[in-house]
This record gives sequence, structure tokens and C-alpha cells, in this order.
Amino acid sequence: MESPGFVHHAILLSLVLFALGVLGVFLRRNVITVLMCIELMLNGVNLAFVAFSRAHGTLDGQVLVFFVMVVAASEAAVGLAIVIALDRHKDTLDLDAFNLLKG
Amino acid sequence: MMDAILFYAFAAIAVASAVVVISQRNPMYSALALIVTLCSVAVIFGLLGSPFIAVLQVIVYAGAIMVLFLFVLMLLNVKREEDGPGEGARTLRGLALALVALLVLQAGTVLLRFELAPAPSFDASTVEMARILFSPQFLYAFEATSILILAALVGAVVLAKKEL
Repeated sequence: MESPGFVHHAILLSLVLFALGVLGVFLRRNVITVLMCIELMLNGVNLAFVAFSRAHGTLDGQVLVFFVMVVAASEAAVGLAIVIALDRHKDTLDLDAFNLLKG
Repeated sequence: MMDAILFYAFAAIAVASAVVVISQRNPMYSALALIVTLCSVAVIFGLLGSPFIAVLQVIVYAGAIMVLFLFVLMLLNVKREEDGPGEGARTLRGLALALVALLVLQAGTVLLRFELAPAPSFDASTVEMARILFSPQFLYAFEATSILILAALVGAVVLAKKEL
């Protein structure tokens, strides 16, 4: 665990997870899958926080992860409630169908 | 040595299941793959010496949030995603943007030259985490999260009501 590459590779992994989340947001057209990809990105960020917290030997990064998790939980709850309301109004979950605010 | 094997094994599982999350057309498979990703990341949190965050990840993320996702997926009649117009262009745009994001983030970590060797002394026990969370530095933010969760709770109930 004390090998020098360990923390560095954790940060690399967090970058890959974040990039995969970005890719998913653009690839998928289902609202729920897009929300899941946002969770994936948040997880990549959390991993970077924990890795840096380990590198610096302080707990501030882990406290931030705690707050990110709280916000992610709230975001998922409100987001999924909006998804239910959208499905009720449009009868679809395809992102292309939601263009009410498009000029 | 054992830690390194576990780290790389679970890192590979996390990346592989993340690829499954974004490549599946059926959201149900995406959700199940995401649970695998979250649990493997929890193992990596544990290996980085953060047992509290690892347990939180399993309970809050893989437990609560993903159950919410699966619940909504079961509640709504979610169909398999079909190819729409401009699918190729969309894929290309997504790949380009993901690549740019990866490169920018990678360049950031390389350019800033972080000191990435693990610090010698590191105590991330639950007791220590609680001490920090309830210290004057974070106490108000910690209490504010309860208001945030209450607001999200009320908001979710109002949004999902029968007549909006």
C-alpha cells in the first residue's frame, strides 16, 4: 500500500471514471441513464478527494467527500422526482423529447 | 503486495463496469453495473485508508441512491433505447469531449506536480472523522446539510405528486 504509485494510480482511475461519465452523458439519451452517469462523475471526484487526502495526510478531503455524498443523495432524489413528473407529462424518457426551453 | 493486487483488480472491475454502464441501452443493466462500480470504488477507498468513506459509499450510494434509481426504473415503463437520428455524430461528439476532459484533467495533475507519496501518518478512523465534522470548522456546514436534505425531501414529494 505504501508503494509510491498507489495514490497516483488512484487519481488516474478517478480521471478515467470522470471521463467515462462525461462520455455517458453524451452517448445516452435516457434521462435516468444520464443521471447515473452524473453519479459516476461524482464518484470519480470523490476518489480524487480521498486520494489527495491520503497523499496530504489530512482529513479535509474526506469531509468534502461526505458533503459531496449528501449533495449527490439530494440531487438523485430531486432528479428522479423530476423524471417521474416528466414521464407523466410526456410519456417518454428520451432526452430529445424535452425541448420546451429550446428557442 | 496483497493491497496492490486488490487495488489493481478492483480498479479494473470499476473501469470495466463503468464502460458497461455507459454502453448498455437498457437502463436496468446500467443501474446494476453502476452498483458494481460503486462497490469496487468502495474497496479502493478502503485500500486508501478511509474505512468511514468506504462504508458510507456502500450504505449511501450502493444502498440508498441506487435503490432509488432501481425503484424509479421499475416504477416507470422504461423502454430499451433505440437508435435515433444523428446517432453517429452524437457518439463522435461524446468521444471527443470525453477525450478532451481526460486530457485536461491529466495535464492538470501533471503540471501541478502534486506530492503524491502517501503521507506517513494518517488516521482516518470514524472517531477522527466525527471529531472533524463536529469541529467548529465544519459544524455549521454539517448542520446545513440537514436543511438541504429536508428541502430535497419536500421537493421530491412535491415534484412527484399526481398533479403538478
